[in-house]
Amino acid sequence: MTEATTATSVRRLNDQISVIDIKGEITAASESTLMDAFNEASGDATKAVILNFGGLDYMNSSGIGLLVTLLVRAQRQHQELLAYGLNEHYRQIFELTRLDEAIGIHDTEDSATAAAGR
Amino acid sequence: MSDQPTTPSPAEATPEPEQLEAAAVRRSDAGNWAKVSPTLHLENVPEGAINLNVEGRRTASPMQGFGKMWQKTYSVRIPSSIASPTDVVTQWRAAFSSFWPPGNFFYSPFTDLSPGDVALLNLKAVGRVKLSTGMLVMYVDDEAITLMTPVGHFFAAFNTFGAHSDGDDTIVQIQPLFRSGDPIYEMGMPIMSRMEDRFWAQTLRNVAAHFGVEDVEVTQTKVCIDKKRNWAAVKNVRHNSLIRSILYLVATPFRWIARPFKKDADPDAQAPDR
Repeated sequence: MTEATTATSVRRLNDQISVIDIKGEITAASESTLMDAFNEASGDATKAVILNFGGLDYMNSSGIGLLVTLLVRAQRQHQELLAYGLNEHYRQIFELTRLDEAIGIHDTEDSATAAAGR
Repeated sequence: MSDQPTTPSPAEATPEPEQLEAAAVRRSDAGNWAKVSPTLHLENVPEGAINLNVEGRRTASPMQGFGKMWQKTYSVRIPSSIASPTDVVTQWRAAFSSFWPPGNFFYSPFTDLSPGDVALLNLKAVGRVKLSTGMLVMYVDDEAITLMTPVGHFFAAFNTFGAHSDGDDTIVQIQPLFRSGDPIYEMGMPIMSRMEDRFWAQTLRNVAAHFGVEDVEVTQTKVCIDKKRNWAAVKNVRHNSLIRSILYLVATPFRWIARPFKKDADPDAQAPDR
C-alpha cells in the first residue's frame, strides 16, 4: 500500500455546519485520516459537513470509494454532505462517477454554506 | 469565511507539508480517469456477441443502485519475486477476459484496457440465457483498474482489480463496492452473491496460475456499507438486463423468421442478430 499523504483540518462554522479542509491525496490509505476528520466534524447538532477540495492533488478510484462510504455515513446521521474547491478535473470525476448527484458541489465556501442552511 | 478557530484533525500531524508537495510532484491522476460522457457507446461488436443493454445507457455508481450497499474484498498472495503489483496489473490490463471463468466473455475494443473503454459482457446466466451487459473502464493506473457498471446491470458498482505489496508478497485483489441494481436483482441477491463469490475466486486463481502459482488460497471479506435500500432506484427495473436478455432469447425464432424479409428490405444490411 502507498503511504498516506493526506492532511485534514476541521473548522466548525457553527453548531450545525463544519468544514473539512483536505490537502494532498485521497486514496485507500486516506481512510483513517478522512474518517477521523469526519468524526470530529460531526457533532450531535451537525446538519451539514462541507468538504473543501481546494488542496486536493491526487485521487484514485479507491479515493472515490472512500467518498461514497463517507456519504453513506453522513446520510445515516441525517447530515448533508457538500463540497467546494474542486478544480475542473475533479468536477469531471465527480460527474463521471455520478457523485455530483449525491454531494452538492459548489464554487465557494459561501455558496456551500448558504446551501447547507437551506 | 469564519473566524472560528481551526482545529487540526488528529491525523493532520502525519504527513509533513514537504511530503505533500513531493507527492503532488510525483503523482498525477490526469490520464487515469475516463472522460465524462453522457451515455455509453460501443466501438466494435465482435461477431457472435449479444449486444444489448449497453449502447446509449448511463453508468450507475453504487449510489444509483437499489439494494443494501456492500464492499467485498477477494484476495490471493503470490510471491513478489514472481510478480510485482505492476506486473500483475499490466498483465490484467492486457488479457482481462482470459482470466474469467469459462463460458463468460468480456469483449473489449482494444488489447489493453484504457480509461474510457466500453466493454461488452456476455455472462452465463440461467439455463440457456446469456446475460448481455457491459462495463465502462472508469480508472486505470499501475496498480489498479476500476470498472463501472451501466444502469440495468445486476449490480450498480465500482469493481476494482488491483495489486499491492505486503512484505515479500504481492496481494492480488478484487474489490467490488456495489448495490443490487433494482428490486428484482435484490430478491436474487443470495444466489447472485454466491455466484459472484465463485466467479471472482476463480478469476483470482486464474491470475495466480498465469504467474505459475497454483492452489492459492482465496480470502474473502464482506462489509455492509449501507443497510438501507435506495427506493428512488426502483425505476431501474425498466432497464433490467436479465429480463431484456430473457426476452431476447424468447424472441430468437421470430428474428430468424423475420431475417429474410429484413435482408430483402435492406440489401446492404450488415450481419444479422447476434
